[in-house]
Amino acid sequence: MRRVPVWKWVFIVLMAAGAYATYLRAFHGLGAVTHLSDQFPWGIWVAFDVLCGVGLAAGGFTLVAVVHIFNIEKYRPILRPAILTAFLGYLLVVLALMFDLGRPDRIWHALVMWNPRSVMFEVAWCVMLYTTVLFLEFLPVVLEKFNLQAPLKLLHAISVPLIIAGIVLSTLHQSSLGTLYLIVPHKLDPLWYSPLLPLFFFLSAICVGLAMTIFESWHSSRAFGRQLEVSLLGGMSRVLAVLLSVYLVLRFMDLSRRGAIGRIWEPRIESYLFLLEVALMALPALLIFRGHTRRPAVLYAAAVMAIFGFVTNRLNVAVTGMERASGVVYLPKWTELAVTLAIIALGFAIFRLAVQYLPIFEEAHEENRAGSDAQAEEDYLLTRA
Amino acid sequence: MAKAILFDSTRCVGCRECEKACAEKWGNPYNDKIAEVEKLSAQKLTTIETHGERFQRRLCLHCAEPTCVSVCPVGAFEKTALGPVVYDENKCIGCRYCIMACPFQVPAYEWSEVLPRVRKCDMCYARQAKGEPTACTEVCPADATLSGDYEAMVAEANKRIAESPGDYQPYIYGLREVGGTSVLFLSAVPFHELGLRTDLPKSPLPPLTWSVLSAVPDIATSGAVLMGGIYWITHRREAVAKAEGRRSGTRKEVRQ
Repeated sequence: MRRVPVWKWVFIVLMAAGAYATYLRAFHGLGAVTHLSDQFPWGIWVAFDVLCGVGLAAGGFTLVAVVHIFNIEKYRPILRPAILTAFLGYLLVVLALMFDLGRPDRIWHALVMWNPRSVMFEVAWCVMLYTTVLFLEFLPVVLEKFNLQAPLKLLHAISVPLIIAGIVLSTLHQSSLGTLYLIVPHKLDPLWYSPLLPLFFFLSAICVGLAMTIFESWHSSRAFGRQLEVSLLGGMSRVLAVLLSVYLVLRFMDLSRRGAIGRIWEPRIESYLFLLEVALMALPALLIFRGHTRRPAVLYAAAVMAIFGFVTNRLNVAVTGMERASGVVYLPKWTELAVTLAIIALGFAIFRLAVQYLPIFEEAHEENRAGSDAQAEEDYLLTRA
Repeated sequence: MAKAILFDSTRCVGCRECEKACAEKWGNPYNDKIAEVEKLSAQKLTTIETHGERFQRRLCLHCAEPTCVSVCPVGAFEKTALGPVVYDENKCIGCRYCIMACPFQVPAYEWSEVLPRVRKCDMCYARQAKGEPTACTEVCPADATLSGDYEAMVAEANKRIAESPGDYQPYIYGLREVGGTSVLFLSAVPFHELGLRTDLPKSPLPPLTWSVLSAVPDIATSGAVLMGGIYWITHRREAVAKAEGRRSGTRKEVRQ
């Protein structure tokens, strides 16, 4: 008998635990599976699954902008995996919402019962529209697999407006997730509450988008025996370092302007977690600035740190910073963690299947198409001249 | 005419008749055990809190510009002209942003229900619309809770403070908190000693998000144009470069 690899066992255990938690959630309500309360109504399903999930999928719009808008072709080989990750990420965010919403059967209400004054309303619409855009951006991969030329041509014809719509939509709601917290100046700790929250959420989303791209490229290169394109990722890492620095400088300027900077040194759990968050963002920038980017391992470590820094930031905003004012201590129940971990495991499994069966890492088609495009454009220019 | 509730904690004797009447009105269970838990919940939409020898009522304050109305993605909350903030359970999707955002920590959720709803005081909207007093006012034996027209309630509160300044804090809680509320509190001791937040802004909260949200159409439009512009520049530059590189000879001839 063949030995079942460890990761398969882990996957099976996570799925089983997730299935049990799903059963409890569906038939016994939120109270049975979460430690949420009227004092603390948003737990890790919002803090991690939604806030971090949407952020970690930011590699999609970042890379789409780099390749399609800024026309930096050398990044095209990692465009498809980034789009796949983003698309999967958003599907998983929607899946997580089905657990977190009290009435998931009414998720469609946001489509017909409008309240344009609500940030949540805007987030709902952006997530929905952007998931559709990601689906259309990903669709060519499937169409190529089955060689369906007609829909491919149609998609190609609308690709530029689609790409621009995708970037605008994702930018908007990355920042809107920060705007959600502008309404609670009386609850969110001054270390995180700032009128600039939307900007901070946007900037850090781009950072984590770049970091996720580096992270994914590293893993795909190992899993599929491809050579890691160090020069490619090196360039990306330098942009990451600059953006991280801009982000951190802005954060500290904002803290000092609001007179909250002294709170960093107060011996409170909030301060410790704030410092952890900042360290996890500053270290990767330092590593990259010191010029260690030629060593893939260092590059990878920097990306992972930035990702953890981002996750720490979102958890701090949604949990650490909200706890004191709530008057209760929130720690997730095991079933909350089980659902979150099962969703992550599902994401990894689907990603693996997708790269196995779909032309994610085959750029031949893309290159051919790009070539013929350039030819067509050239002809057009010549006829005008 | 907008209605209001005035609660005077100096008169409250802690009999909890208001709690009982409220539970009856909503069809919620009420017994000694529930009475003991001095916390708002899905089953207890008003509660008496004991602070030493004093009693303070908690209930929805029915803000003039309510946070819950502004944050709800499906518009399940409405500030009625009559004053009460009402909730439509048929719209609610259960995102709980209202609970998270309420400055007074009022809305409660039915955590153990499979099809849960948000619960909160509706200031007996149906009764008030018919000109009747709220259930809690009707049963109060000490006149600690009054209900009526907003102006009349403010006038009554000011009168009480003016007549015996020694017995009252010279401030009506709810007059200016988050832009004013339809429930007003009087107290003999500073309000924070009765568990009320005194650090809330005196202006409404919804403009905090609206100021950003209202810029979204502008940001979206200019963002799209900017992206389109960059696309045009980067791709044209490339196309021109390629064309010139490959057929430089012919192009020169054309120009001459």
